[in-house]
Amino acid sequence: MNSQASTGAQPRRAIDVVNASLKRRYAKERRFRLLGATAVALGLAFVVLLFADIIGKGYTAFQQTYIQIPVTLSAAEIDPKGTQDPDAIAHANYMALIREGLRGLFPEVTQRSDKRRLNALISVGAPQFVRDRVLADPALIGTTQALWILADDDIDMLVKGNIDRAAPEDSRRVNDQVIGWVDRLAEQGRVQKRFNTIFFTHGTSREPELAGIAGALMGSFYTLLLTLILSFPIGVGAALYLEEFAPKNRWTDLIEVNINNLAAVPSIVFGLLGLAVFIGFFGVPRSTPLVAAMVLTLMTLPTVIISSRAALKSVPPSIREAALGVGASPLQTQFHHVLPLAMPGMLTGTILGMAQALGETAPLLMIGMIAFIVDVPGGFTDSATVLPVQIFLWADSPERGFVERTSAAIMVLLAFLFLMNLAAVLLRRRFERRW
Amino acid sequence: MQAWTLILLLLVTMAAAYHLGRKRAITSAGGVSQIKSLHSLPAYYGFYAALWAGIPALLLMGLWIGFQDQIITSLVAASLPPEMTAGLSEGRVGLMINDIKNLATGNIVSAGVTPEIQAAADQYSRLRSLFTWTMWLAVGALAVGGLSYAWLKTEPQMRARNRVEGSIKVIMIVFSSIAILTTLGIILSVVFESIRFFDRISPLDFFFGTSWSPQIALRADQVGASGEFGAIPLFTGTLMVSLIAMLVAVPIGLLSAIYLSEYASRGLRSIAKPVIEVLAGIPTVVYGFFAALTVAPFIRELGATLGLEVASESALAAGLVMGVMIIPFVSSLSDDVINAVPQSLRDGSYALGATRSETIRRVIVPAALPGIVGGILLAVSRAIGETMIVVMAAGLAANLTANPLDSVTTVTVQIVTLLTGDQEFDSAKTLAAFALGLTLFLVTLTLNVIALTIVRKYREQYE
Repeated sequence: MNSQASTGAQPRRAIDVVNASLKRRYAKERRFRLLGATAVALGLAFVVLLFADIIGKGYTAFQQTYIQIPVTLSAAEIDPKGTQDPDAIAHANYMALIREGLRGLFPEVTQRSDKRRLNALISVGAPQFVRDRVLADPALIGTTQALWILADDDIDMLVKGNIDRAAPEDSRRVNDQVIGWVDRLAEQGRVQKRFNTIFFTHGTSREPELAGIAGALMGSFYTLLLTLILSFPIGVGAALYLEEFAPKNRWTDLIEVNINNLAAVPSIVFGLLGLAVFIGFFGVPRSTPLVAAMVLTLMTLPTVIISSRAALKSVPPSIREAALGVGASPLQTQFHHVLPLAMPGMLTGTILGMAQALGETAPLLMIGMIAFIVDVPGGFTDSATVLPVQIFLWADSPERGFVERTSAAIMVLLAFLFLMNLAAVLLRRRFERRW
Repeated sequence: MQAWTLILLLLVTMAAAYHLGRKRAITSAGGVSQIKSLHSLPAYYGFYAALWAGIPALLLMGLWIGFQDQIITSLVAASLPPEMTAGLSEGRVGLMINDIKNLATGNIVSAGVTPEIQAAADQYSRLRSLFTWTMWLAVGALAVGGLSYAWLKTEPQMRARNRVEGSIKVIMIVFSSIAILTTLGIILSVVFESIRFFDRISPLDFFFGTSWSPQIALRADQVGASGEFGAIPLFTGTLMVSLIAMLVAVPIGLLSAIYLSEYASRGLRSIAKPVIEVLAGIPTVVYGFFAALTVAPFIRELGATLGLEVASESALAAGLVMGVMIIPFVSSLSDDVINAVPQSLRDGSYALGATRSETIRRVIVPAALPGIVGGILLAVSRAIGETMIVVMAAGLAANLTANPLDSVTTVTVQIVTLLTGDQEFDSAKTLAAFALGLTLFLVTLTLNVIALTIVRKYREQYE
C-alpha cells in the first residue's frame, strides 16, 4: 500500500487542522460563556445593590426617637380661667411647659447658650402633639405627666447612629455636650425609638421629624384615580375602534404610527404640552391632580391602547362569527362577547399603564407639582404633590434626616408598584385563556 | 368644585333619562306584552334618551370651562384704564393680570394693591360668578332640552339601536383621534413658543453657539443682560451621558440576553429574566436618588484615592446609573430578535461543526443585527430623553468638555431648570426651554422612526 500517510510531504487532513484548533476554540467558547454569565451576574447584582442601598438607607425612617420628659401641665398656663374652653387650651404655650420639664432634668444647665442647645433637643413640632393630648383629655390639666416628646431630627440621627461620634466636634451637627445629655437621658431609659406614625399621617414639612408622605400619597391617589377614569374608557374605545371597526386607510394608518411614536416620546415633552396647552391655553389650575391626570392620561394612553389591542387580537374570530351568526349587531358582538373575553388582558395593560403613571416624575415638574404643599389635598382641584415628586424634593434637602425619609418614601412607592404589578400578573394567570 | 357637582348632576340626569326613555318606549308600544312591536330593545331607547340628555350638555360644559377663563381675562384686560397699561410690555400686562386673578382668588399678590387693581379684581370675580351661573343654566337647559327631544322622538318605529350604535362609533373615533391630537398638541405647543424664541435669538446662535448662560436681566444695563443661548454644551453633555449609558447598557444587556437565551438552563432563565426586568419597572426618580446619593459620592471617593479630581456631580455617575436603567430595555429587545432567528440557522451552523459561541458570533448575531441595532437606537432615544437621573445627578453648569469626570448638563436638565420656578411666561429664558423641547422631540422622533422601521422590516424578513 503506498499510503499517503507514509510519505513526508503530504497535505494535512482537515481533521488534523480541526483537532489542532480545538483547544483554542474551546477556550474561546469558555471565555465567551463566562462573559455572558458575568453580564447576567452584573445585571442581577445591580438589582440587589439598588434594593440593598435603598432599604439600608431607609428602614430606620419607620422609627422615630422620642424623649420622655415629665411635663407639668400647669393649670395657670393652660387654662388660667378654669373654663376648659378648647379654644383657650389650644392657644397655650406648650413649648414653654416642655422646656421647663426638660430643664428640670438638667438642673445644672444655667447658661443661656447651653439652655438654647438643650431646648434644641426637642422638635419644634412637639407642642402640637402635647396640645392634642390635652385637648383630648382636659382632665390632665394641673397634673404632671411623663410624656414621650418628639425629638429633633439631629437627636434622632444621633440615636440611630447616623452621626459619627468619632468625627471632630465642629464637623458634626451635635457637639459633645449634647451627646452627653442624650447619653444621660438614654441611661435613664428616657430615650426610645417608636413606630413613626407621623411619616404616614402628616404632609411634608421643612423639619425632617415632622415630614410625612400622607399629602403626597393622597395626591398620587387622586391623580391616579382620575388618570384611570380618563384613560381606561378612552384607551379601550380607541383600541376597539382601531382593531375591530376601522377601515384600512390613510387616516387609521396615521393614527397607528402616531400611537407607536407617542409611546417612545420622552415624558418631559408631555410636560411641555401640559404647560403650554392645558395650563397656558385652557387655564387648568396648576399643581392640581386634575392637570397632572390629564398629562398622565395622554402619556399612558399608548400603553393602554397597545395592550388592549393585543387582548382583542387574542380573542378568536369564531366568537365574533358565532355572535354575528345568531343576529347580534357588530357593536353588540363586541360589547356582549368580545369585550368581556378581552377584559382581563385590557385590565392587565391598564394596571401596567397606571404603574408607569404612578412612578412618573419629569412631566409633573413642568406643571407645578413641585410646589411646597403642607396640607393633605382633599380633591381633584386642590394643590397637591405626588409621591415621586415628593421623593425628588426630599432628595434635594440637605438635612441628614431627609435621606432616610426619602429612602422610606421610595420603599413605599416601590411597594405600591410591586402590588400593582403583582395584581397584573395574578389577573393574567387567573383569567388568561389559551384558545 | 362646582364643576364636579355639575358633572355629577349630569350623570344623575343621564341615569334618570335612561329610565324615562325605556319606560316611554314600553308605554308607546302599548305595555310589556306588546314589546315586540318596538324596533329595538327597550334599553336602547333608554340609552338614546341618556345620550341626548348627557352628551350635548357635557360638550357645552367642556367648551365653556375650557374657554371661559380666556374670555374673562380678555374682558378684564380690556376694561383696565388705558393709562395703567400704557407703555407697558406684554409681559408686564400679563403680570398685572396675574395679580388681579390672585387678588380675586385670595392668593398672595406680588405688587401693591391699587384701587384700580382692586376694582379689576372685583370685576373679575363678578364676571366669574356670572359666567358660572350662566353655564349652569345653559347646561341644565341643554340637558333638559335633549331629554325632551328624545322623549318626543321615542315611538315604536324609531331605530333606536342604530342611532345609539352610530353615536357610540363616533365617540370611539373621537377617542382614537386623541393620539393624533396629542401629537398635534405637542408639535404646536413647542413650535409656536420656539418661533417666538427664534425671533429673539437667531437659530444659528442657538444651534452653534458654545456658551450657555440663560438669565433674564434684572436691570436694563446689566452686564450680559440678554443671556447666552448657545446650546452646543448641552448637546455634547447629553451625548456624553448617553454614550456612557450605552457603554454600560449595550454590552451587559446584549450579552445577558445572549447568555439567557442560548446557554442558561430553563430554571436560571425563569428567575434571572424577570429579576433583570425589575430594573425597567423602577421609577426614574429612584435611579436619580441612587445616582446622586450613592454612586456619585462613591465615584468621587474612588477618584480621590486614585488621585483624580472628580466633580461631585459627574457625568460618569449619571451615565452609569442611566446605563443600569437601560439594561433591561436592551436585553429584552435583543432577546426578542435573537429568539426570532430561525432554529434552522443554528442547526446548520452546528452541523458544520461550529461551537456555540462561533454560532452565536458568526450566525445568530449577524442575522439578528438589524433588530439589535433598532433596539439600541430605541435605547439611545430613551437615554437622550431621560430626565430625572440627570436632573438629580448631573450638574447645571454648561461645561463644554470631553472629560466624563467633569460636571456636564443636558437638554432635559435645562428644560426642567428653565421651567420650574416662577417666571413670566414669555421671557427668552422660558421660551428657550420650548426650543430645547422641540430639538429633543425631533431628535427622539427621528431615532424612533428609524428604529421602528428597522425592527419592522427585520421582523418581516423571518416571517
